[in-house]
Amino acid sequence: MTEPLLSLRGVTKRYGPVHANTGVDLDVRAGEIHAILGENGAGKSTLMKLIYGVETPDEGTIAWQGELTQIGSPASARRLGIGMVFQHFSLFETLTVVENVSLLVPGTKKALTKRIVQLGQEFGLEVDPLAYVYALSVGERQRVEIIRCLMADPKLLILDEPTSVLPPQSVELLFDTLRRLSARGVAILFISHKLEEIRSICTHATILRGGTVTGNVTPQDFDAHALATMMIGRDMPHLSPAEAVQRGANQLEISGLTLGTDDPFGVSLKNIFMHVAEGEILGIAGVSGNGQSELAAAISGETALPKSMRDVIAMLGQDVGAMNPATRRKLGFAFVPEDRLGQGAVPELSLVKNSILTAHRHGMVKKGMIRHGRAAAFAKACIAQNDVRTPGPAAEAGSLSGGNLQKFIIGRELMLAPKLLFLNQPTWGVDIGAATAIRRRLIELRNAGCAILVISEELEELFELTDYMQVLSEGRLSPRFKTSETVPEDIGRAMIGAGEGAA
Amino acid sequence: MVFPKLVRRENASLPVLIAAPFVALAMAAVSNLVLYATIGVDPAAVFKAMLIDPFTSYFSFSEILLKAGPLLLIAQGLAIGFRAKVFNIGAEGQFILGAICASAIPVYLPQASGIWIWPTMLLFGVLGGLAWAAITAFWRVRLNANEILVSLMLSFIALQLLNYLLLGPWKDPMGFNFPQSVMFQYDALLPILLPGTRVNVSLILALLVTVAAWFFVQRSFAGYRLEVGGLAPNAARYAGFSQSSAIWLSLLIGGAAAGLAGAAEVAGPVGQLQRSISTGYGYAAIIVAYLGGLHPIGIVFAAFLLATLYIGGDNAMVSAGLPIAAVNVFQGSLLLAYLIASTFVRRKLVWPQGARP
Amino acid sequence: MIAIEFILAGMLAAATPFLLAALGELVAERSGVLNLGVEGMMALGASVGFITVYSGGGHVMGFVFGALSGMALALVFAFVTLGLHTNQVASGLAIGIMGLGLSAYFGKPFESFTVTGLGKIAIPGLSDFPVIGGLFRQDIVVWLSLIFTPALWYVLKHTKLGLLLRAVGENPHAASAIGYPVILIRLSAVAFGGLMAGIAGAYASTIYTPLWADGMIAGRGWIAVALVVFGTWMVGRVFLGACLFGAVSLGGIAAQTVGLAVPSQLLASMPYIVTIVVLGIISSNRRLVKLNGIASLGEPFEK
Repeated sequence: MTEPLLSLRGVTKRYGPVHANTGVDLDVRAGEIHAILGENGAGKSTLMKLIYGVETPDEGTIAWQGELTQIGSPASARRLGIGMVFQHFSLFETLTVVENVSLLVPGTKKALTKRIVQLGQEFGLEVDPLAYVYALSVGERQRVEIIRCLMADPKLLILDEPTSVLPPQSVELLFDTLRRLSARGVAILFISHKLEEIRSICTHATILRGGTVTGNVTPQDFDAHALATMMIGRDMPHLSPAEAVQRGANQLEISGLTLGTDDPFGVSLKNIFMHVAEGEILGIAGVSGNGQSELAAAISGETALPKSMRDVIAMLGQDVGAMNPATRRKLGFAFVPEDRLGQGAVPELSLVKNSILTAHRHGMVKKGMIRHGRAAAFAKACIAQNDVRTPGPAAEAGSLSGGNLQKFIIGRELMLAPKLLFLNQPTWGVDIGAATAIRRRLIELRNAGCAILVISEELEELFELTDYMQVLSEGRLSPRFKTSETVPEDIGRAMIGAGEGAA
Repeated sequence: MVFPKLVRRENASLPVLIAAPFVALAMAAVSNLVLYATIGVDPAAVFKAMLIDPFTSYFSFSEILLKAGPLLLIAQGLAIGFRAKVFNIGAEGQFILGAICASAIPVYLPQASGIWIWPTMLLFGVLGGLAWAAITAFWRVRLNANEILVSLMLSFIALQLLNYLLLGPWKDPMGFNFPQSVMFQYDALLPILLPGTRVNVSLILALLVTVAAWFFVQRSFAGYRLEVGGLAPNAARYAGFSQSSAIWLSLLIGGAAAGLAGAAEVAGPVGQLQRSISTGYGYAAIIVAYLGGLHPIGIVFAAFLLATLYIGGDNAMVSAGLPIAAVNVFQGSLLLAYLIASTFVRRKLVWPQGARP
Repeated sequence: MIAIEFILAGMLAAATPFLLAALGELVAERSGVLNLGVEGMMALGASVGFITVYSGGGHVMGFVFGALSGMALALVFAFVTLGLHTNQVASGLAIGIMGLGLSAYFGKPFESFTVTGLGKIAIPGLSDFPVIGGLFRQDIVVWLSLIFTPALWYVLKHTKLGLLLRAVGENPHAASAIGYPVILIRLSAVAFGGLMAGIAGAYASTIYTPLWADGMIAGRGWIAVALVVFGTWMVGRVFLGACLFGAVSLGGIAAQTVGLAVPSQLLASMPYIVTIVVLGIISSNRRLVKLNGIASLGEPFEK
C-alpha cells in the first residue's frame, strides 16, 4: 500500500463543553475520492476546518506526505497543496471572477484570465472570467470556486456538500470533473450526507457519528440502508404514507405575479401562477438563489406589492395583496421562514417573548399591554408539545440548537391553528430525527385538511412529502407536476430549463 | 505571549449588566485623573471638587437635581429610539426648537397672565421638538437617508435659527444689544418645587415620563415591537411590525421629550431665551441613555451621575483650575468605558487551553 | 463675476479639509467599519497641529503630530469595536465627544492665537487667466491632495490592496475563510482614516484659517462622513462633493461681497442644509446605494 498523502491520528477538537471531534483517525491517498459521511452535527465541517487550517486541533496529530505538520492557517494549507471548496461559497459578489481568483493566486490579470479559460476547457468548468460573481448562477459560482483551487495545483481538494446546491444534471458534470482530477492523482475529500452519490463516485468512505469515526468502508460494498445505519446509529426512520384526501377549495392562489427588485443582487419574479388546495401539499423545488426568497416574501407579505399587483395573490378566499404579514395571519395563514435566527426568532429574546412575535393575537395583548402570563403559558405548551430541548421558556432563542429552535418555531406556527401553512426550507441543517418528526407532523396536518406549501432545496424531501411540485428557476415557476407520476429527472430538467443551459 | 479570547456567552449575564456602569465610572475616573495630573492639576483636589463637594450643601445638591431633569427627560426619549436602533443624535436641535417654540408665547404676549401660560409653553415645546424630529423621520422613511447625519445637521441649523432670532426679531430692545430675549413674565415660569432652590415642577414631569417609559418599554406591545425591530429587523418584518412606524414613533418620542426639556429650561432656571440655553444636554443625554443600559430605571441613575459631573466640573474649574473641556473628555471616556464594560454582558474572556484550567 | 472668481480661487482650499477627512473615512468604510468619530479626530488633529506649529515645530511637524493624534483616537476606536465588538455607532460618538473634549482641553491656553499659514504656489501661465486664474494658485497641501486623490483612486480600483479592502468590506467571513486577517485589515483601514482626519484638521487650523478657536471644525467632520455617502463610496464623486462643499462654504462670504441681503445665519446654515438635501436625493436611489454600498458596514465581525 502506498503512503497516505494525509494522515490524521487521534484528532480531537472541543468548543467549550462540546466535543466536535473525538479521536478521529483518517488516511487519504493520492488519486482517491474519499467520502466523509455523516448527518448534520456529526462533526464533518469541524474536521475539514482542522485539515484546512481554519481551526487547530486540541489533541492528536496531522501528517502530510508522511511528515508530522501543523496547519496553522488556510494559507499554510494552500502552501502544502490543500484546496477547499466551501458549501456557502467564499466568493465576493461585487468582484469579477478573475478578481476573485487574484485574491488567492498571484499573477497578472491577463495571465490569470488565460489560465481560467484553459482550466475550464480541461476540466469542463467553463465560466466567463470577466463576469461579476453576482450575475452568475449557483452552479457557475461553484465552478469558480473549484477553478480557484485548481490554479494552485492542489494535491488534495476538499469539497463541502458540493451537490446540495446543484440540479441533478449539474451533479453529473461535477462528478465528471472530479473523476478527471482523480485520474491525475489529485486526492478528493467529499463531504456529504447523500448516500447514493457517495456510492456512485467515492472509492472510500469514512463515517462520522457524534464526532467519532464509526466506519471505514468501501461504499460500493454496502447498500444505502447499511450506510445509513452506520451514519445515524439506528434504522432509517420511515414516514407513514399520506392518505387520500378529498380535494377542497383553493386556500392560496397566485395568478400572474410579476415583481421587480430594488436589490441589484436579487431575482425578479416573472409571471408566477400557483394554487394550493385544502388537504394538499405543494412543493416548490429549485436551487436557492432562483427567486425563492423573493417568492417567499411576496407570499408572506414581507414585501409590499406595487399597486398593479395587489389583486394577484388571494389567500383563504380574500385578496391579500395589500395586507402585511400580521393581517394575513389573522385570516388563518402561518409561515415558517428560512432564517431561524433573526427572522423566525429574535436570538437575544426569551422563548416567551419569541412566542409573542406571531402569536400575539392569541390573548397575549390587552389594551396595548402584554400579558406575560399568557405568553409564558403558550411558550411552555409549545416546548412540551414539540419536544423542544431547552432549560425552559426563559432561555434565549439564540442558545437553542438549530434543530430545537426549528421545532419551537414550527410548533409556534402550528399552535396558531393555520388553514394555510407555508414553510421555507423546513429541515435545512436539522438532524435526521428532528427532520423526520417535522415531516410526520406536516403529513398529519395535511390529512386533517390544512393546505401546505413547502419551498425546499432537498428533492428527496419533496418527493417524500408532496402531492404536487413546481420548479422555480431564474424567477420563473414551472407548470405543476403530480409527484406520484414524476421522476427526479423531470424536475431536474425543469430546474435548468429556463436558463442555466450549459450547467 | 498568550492572549485571552473573547467568547460568546449563551445567555446574557445579569451581574455584569448591573456592574458595568460602576466599572465604567471607575475606569473613566482613574484615566481622567491621570490625564489631569499630566497637566499639573492636582487629581485629589479635582476628585474632591467633582464627586464629593456637590453633595456637601443643600443648594449644590439641588443644582444637581436641576441639571438631572432635562438629561433624564431627553435620555428616556432617546433610549426608546436607541433600543429600536433608530439613532436620533439630534436631540440638541430638538431641545433648541422646543425652547424657541415655548418662548414664542412670552415673546409675543409679554403682558399676558394666567395659569395657562406655562403649561401651554410646555405644550408648544413638545410640538417644536416633534416638528424638528419629524423632518428626520420623513427623510429616513421616505428618502432612505441616514438619520444620524440628518438629525445632527438639523441641530447645527437649529443653533443658527436660535442665533438669528436672538440677534434679530426676538432681541430684547432693552437688553443692551445682548443676544437674548426679554425676561419672561412670572406666569410664564414653572412653579418652584423645592423652596429656596431653582428646582421646579419639571423634575416631577421627568419622573412621570420615566414611569411612562418603563411601562412602554417593559409592558407595552408597542415597546415590544420597537425592541424586536432593533434587535432583528427581519424578524420584525416577518411578524408584520412596520419599520416605518417604528422609525416615526422612535423619532417622535425622542423629539417630544427633548422639546419638552427645552421648554422647561427656558420656562425654568433660565427665564428667557438665550444663546446658551443648552450646554450640550442633547449630546450628554446620549451618554446618559447608554450608561443607563437603555433601561428607564438605569437612566435615572445615569442622569444623576452626569448632572453631578456638570456641577462637579464647574466646582473643579473654580477650585482646582480644571479647564471646562475636561468635563467633555470625562463624558466621552465614560461612554467608551461603559461600552467596553458592557461587552462582557454577552461575552467572556477565555484563556487558551493550558494557560488556565 | 467677482463672486465667481472668489469662489473659484478659494474653493479647492476650502474643500481640502472635507476631502482629506472624507477619503480617510471612505477607506475605513470600504473595509466595513463605520467610524462616526471623524469630527473628534479632526478637532484633535487641528488642536495638536496648531500647538505644534505655534510652539515653533513648523508645518511639517504640525501635520505629523496632527496625523498621529487623529490616528491614536482611531486606534482606540479600532480596539473597542474590532477587539471587543462594541457597537460602532455608539463607540464612534464616544470617540467624537472625547476628541472634541481633548482638543478644547489641550487648546485652551492657545485660544484665539494665530500662526502664519503657507504661501501659494502658482502654475505659471494658467494662473494669469482671468476669472479662472485663481484655481491655479494654491498652497502646497492643496496641490498634494490633488495628486493624492487620483492615486488613492488607482490603489482602490486597480491594486490587490484595493481589491482586498473591498472583499473584506463585502464579506468578512469569506475573506477570513480564505485566510485573510480581517481584523488586521480593518484596523489598518480605520487607522488610515484617523490619520487623514488628523491631517485634515491640522490643515484647517494651520493653513486654511491659521488660528485656534474651540469648535473651529464646526461640523466639517460630520459633513465628511456625509460626503462618503454622497459619493456612494467612490473617490471621484467624493472629490466632486468636497468641491461642492468648498464652494458652498465660501458662498456666504461671496454673497456678502455682492451685497445680497440674506441673514448671515442662513448663509452659515447652507452647508448643513445642502447636506440634508443632497443626502435625501442620493439615498432615495436605493438601488444605487445598495449596489455601491458596503455590505458589512457597521456589522461586527466575529469568527
